[in-house]
Amino acid sequence: MIVLADSLTLVERKLLQLRHQPGTLVAMLVMPAVMVVLFGYVFGSAIQVPGGGNYREYLMPGLFVMTSMFALSSAMVDVAADQSRGVTDRLRSMPTSRMAVPFGQTGADAVTGLFGLVILLACGLAIGWRVHDGLGRAVAAVGVLLLFRYTMSWVGTYLGLLLPSEQTADSLSPLTLPLSMLSNAFVPTDGMPAWLRAICEWNPISAAVAACRKLFGNPGVPAADGSWPLTHPLTATLLWAAVLLVVFVPLSVRRFARAGL
Amino acid sequence: MDSPIVSAQGLRKRFGEFEALAGLDLAVPPGTVYGLLGPNGAGKSTAVRILSTLTRPTAGRATVAGFDVREHPGKVREAIGLAGQHAAMDEKLTGRENLRVFGKLARLGRRGARRRADELLERFELTEAADRQVSTYSGGMRRRIDLIASLLRAPSVLFLDEPTTGLDPRSRLEIWAIVRELVAAGATVLLTTQYLEEADQLASAVAVIDRGQVIAEGTPAQLKARIGSHIDVEVGSEDDLAEAGAILERMTGGQPRAEDLRIVTGVHGTAPSVPQIVRELDAAGVAIQDVGVRRPSLDDVFLTLTGRPAEAPAEQRTDEQPKQREKQEAAA
Repeated sequence: MIVLADSLTLVERKLLQLRHQPGTLVAMLVMPAVMVVLFGYVFGSAIQVPGGGNYREYLMPGLFVMTSMFALSSAMVDVAADQSRGVTDRLRSMPTSRMAVPFGQTGADAVTGLFGLVILLACGLAIGWRVHDGLGRAVAAVGVLLLFRYTMSWVGTYLGLLLPSEQTADSLSPLTLPLSMLSNAFVPTDGMPAWLRAICEWNPISAAVAACRKLFGNPGVPAADGSWPLTHPLTATLLWAAVLLVVFVPLSVRRFARAGL
Repeated sequence: MDSPIVSAQGLRKRFGEFEALAGLDLAVPPGTVYGLLGPNGAGKSTAVRILSTLTRPTAGRATVAGFDVREHPGKVREAIGLAGQHAAMDEKLTGRENLRVFGKLARLGRRGARRRADELLERFELTEAADRQVSTYSGGMRRRIDLIASLLRAPSVLFLDEPTTGLDPRSRLEIWAIVRELVAAGATVLLTTQYLEEADQLASAVAVIDRGQVIAEGTPAQLKARIGSHIDVEVGSEDDLAEAGAILERMTGGQPRAEDLRIVTGVHGTAPSVPQIVRELDAAGVAIQDVGVRRPSLDDVFLTLTGRPAEAPAEQRTDEQPKQREKQEAAA
């Protein structure tokens, strides 16, 4: 109960932050639109989708996963900022549940993440992306995206606790962009050199993207002789999430409770 | 004497090769301000971190408000407040929002947190700034709101880790006033400081810490008496140096040292007053440029107690500046 109440307080803190920073909200609205235009129209005009199909329909699941991936860097920066400003120590010296802090922070991110996802879904619909296989499977796809995002924010929380300063976190966070591009999110992996192709296809992002394409019924479903994560994308995504959560949730909780020892 | 509300016996803390605490003993009586005085790296902050349950000691025992910090950290956290060297606030939120969020996390309940936040803002005269984001606050206001946040649960023991380091003199006075008010209301305050003057102003007892151990303990007056003070005399010409030196030696029993036209004399016990010195020198026909009795600084404390200067940071030098300014004003 205490864990839940404290977590909710931390969610409230995140929402208060957003209220004071309308800029962040605007960025949340504008960024997806920029990416849709940039990738959908600038790059998209030169990319052929394997098996045919509209590139923008191929692209949207990639953008959904990519923005979910940003939870890693935002959690990392938030946690590192709290730690270097002494907020973490203040919380640890209070009778606050120590478990609640990382759970509250990742939970708060899931709330704002859902909001961002809704905007991006709307952007997609505006440029012709469609859900083809019914509402049930579309809701499942949104569930996969939120699970993926939640997993990433736990990874980011742990990394943030390890970093010495907010500045380090800030300078590391742009790395999530190339990380999310090492995947099938924007271009098919078929044309890549074999070694790079293997890396990209085993990147958890690729599994999540493939799972979304499958559930939304979008083009780009890989051939049956593809690598295992891409031919079983849903299982692979759930396995990745389970493994990463099993590793990073206890690590973060322990690290938070014992930081500075 | 009441049994101590904060006590430590043989506290040790190692970080790899570095021993931050090397057997620290403390006994803080309830309802007092207790000062931990020492330069950077002496182990003051480590001691506070252990007592406030942020870090576990490598060896030794410590109790706060009757609870062992290692065995009942939860009970200790319910009894303490901590304000550190940062303004540990969410900069994006307003002061009031910060206090409400921290109040809820401190188990005051939604309504309780609101009421307590308003009450503290009122009491410490921060209502005007309360609804502005903390990122817009001045350094002094940040420390004040940070200090207030540590009072949300009305702690019986308050740890203040260098509460005024880097603050301007006026903000420092404001923080001092708050500390005095809290102790008057019955709290116990353990504060760390690099400024002897701060310990002198606030603390009823001081422990001087060096290399993770207490090297001297007592009231600020006892400490100062042990270290003594310095008399600075500046004479008008070199011809007067020998004469003035002899007079100062006779008056103080100390050993005057001359640097250019300045004579510095260390004094143990009570120093003669400035008028006394002026009268004696004047009677002997010595032309005086400047006379001052300098109170001991942390450097003097360290020089006396350890035979080496305090490895103090640059901020330490701010202590000197007001004195120079006073002298310039006196000369003008």
